[in-house]
Amino acid sequence: MSSFKRALRGEDLPASAITPREVYEGRRQLLRGLAGTGLAAWAGRHMIGSAEAATPPGGGLAKLAGQPSPLSVMEKPAPYKDATSYNNFYEFGTDKSDPARNAGKFRPTPWTVSIEGECRKPMKLDLDALRALAPLEERVYRLRCVEGWSMVIPWVGYSLSEIIKRVEPTGNAKYVEFTSVEQRDTQPFLGSRVLDWPYTEGLRLDEAMHPLAMVVLGMYGEVLPNQNGAPIRIAVPWKYGYKSAKSIVRIRLTATEPQTSWNRTAPSEYGFYSNVNPTVDHPRWSQATERRLPEDGFFAPKRKTLMFNGYDQVAGLYAGMDLRKFY
Amino acid sequence: MSVQPASPQPVSATVHALPRRAPPLAFPLRHLVLIKTVVWLLALLPVARLAIGAFSFALVDLPGGAALIALGRDLGANPLETITRSTGFSALVLLTLTLLVTPARQWLGQPWLIKLRRMLGLFAFFYAALHAMTWVWFDHFFDLREMAKDVFKRPFILVGFSAFVLLLPLALTSFNAAVRWLGGKRWLWLHRLVYVVAGLAVLHFWWMKAGKNDLAQPALFAAAMLLLAGARFAWTRRRARPPQAAPLDWLQVRRRD
Repeated sequence: MSSFKRALRGEDLPASAITPREVYEGRRQLLRGLAGTGLAAWAGRHMIGSAEAATPPGGGLAKLAGQPSPLSVMEKPAPYKDATSYNNFYEFGTDKSDPARNAGKFRPTPWTVSIEGECRKPMKLDLDALRALAPLEERVYRLRCVEGWSMVIPWVGYSLSEIIKRVEPTGNAKYVEFTSVEQRDTQPFLGSRVLDWPYTEGLRLDEAMHPLAMVVLGMYGEVLPNQNGAPIRIAVPWKYGYKSAKSIVRIRLTATEPQTSWNRTAPSEYGFYSNVNPTVDHPRWSQATERRLPEDGFFAPKRKTLMFNGYDQVAGLYAGMDLRKFY
Repeated sequence: MSVQPASPQPVSATVHALPRRAPPLAFPLRHLVLIKTVVWLLALLPVARLAIGAFSFALVDLPGGAALIALGRDLGANPLETITRSTGFSALVLLTLTLLVTPARQWLGQPWLIKLRRMLGLFAFFYAALHAMTWVWFDHFFDLREMAKDVFKRPFILVGFSAFVLLLPLALTSFNAAVRWLGGKRWLWLHRLVYVVAGLAVLHFWWMKAGKNDLAQPALFAAAMLLLAGARFAWTRRRARPPQAAPLDWLQVRRRD
């Protein structure tokens, strides 16, 4: 190794010249403290926050911890309050503040998920069984909404493939359909005609088996709050948010492409694939950029949307496919 | 505000082409100033609440800050969206109230109501301007190409923007001298643009909400506008005499009925 490289690695320094960790961390603490007592200006406020990349505190629900996952992105998660008060969950209302307001009566327990269809070992799993099925992981994923905003959320759960492989899909199984619950007495908008209920979503089997596709049982180190899809939902981070169905009661393996709620409502606007794709616009707005909530303030221009929401590892699933046609 | 005492003698029945109405409220000018101040403060409330929400981070450490923040509006996870929607909604409400003045004045027989119209109209313009500004500034940072692309993608923006542009000449000619310069007739014709603006504004809102099939609110505004238009139409037809000096009556401070 050249002396230059050695110098870069700091090996030319005597050990006595290296600042001990406690000392420099103490200095940072001091600086942080000073900044905290100073003016809490917009810019300053954001910089103080970004010094820590740890999971922000939850909302006081039952704890549900997961092991940190290498699939996590190194981006700053949204504060819990924002992630739980700005939701699209039409069973509780179409305004993004509706779910937090209207989901209080929802019953997330007891709960059973039926896994059925083209498989050899269909099963019904309750929450205890689901939580014990595979080791829980904490995965910090980007979530890109089709409406042009995004958040970073620390989910708790495991790969969807863990469930699917246990039911042993038959050779006919090509797709997976997810059905959300209908609780007529606790979900006031099930009476509305905004969508056909129950909410259904779907994935191709190989998409569902991709390690990134996730069964979610918690967020921010706690069980899911009702407005975020308690007690079990999926997270498919390379697709627009509506593909990640909430409060799931049925997972069905099928031979043919399942109908999805949004595709049924507006087929020209919401295709089956719905991959995040900055080059394919929604018919009514551009998908080239997005606003990261809540950290992008008023004076930050929108950021560029990344292909597959930055999850390039899924590109192989779509090799040879025209993603303009299969949007 | 004092109501005229009901006259003890039975009023001799006169033949009216118009429905019998309560007598207009009579009160001194200073009460009108008070009413105007209250309306002015009420009209400012939405923007004041947004401002409190936007600066809550600075208010939180001040004495009484928490109470103030509770009165303000929480801008939520997407402050820009909250501000855009709130200002647009306020603009529509104030536009509806502006258009309500004349029918209310006619049907209730309270000519003094006209004195609130200019203020309401200007507040409608004020909120429309804030609404347009959030789009031009915070959404696109004055980037003309980006704005053009957005309009091409989202035609409802063009409808809303047209409504705002058409409001401009009305706001600019809202003062008394402008009426004299233009002449009452021409001023009146110009200000009939407000009906076009109302149509465009409701269409803009309708189109925006159509994406989620969520048409309850725009339908309510459309119904209100149609109702008000119907009231005007019915009134003109019922009126025995053609209106004289009607467009300028708000200028005639000492009008006798």
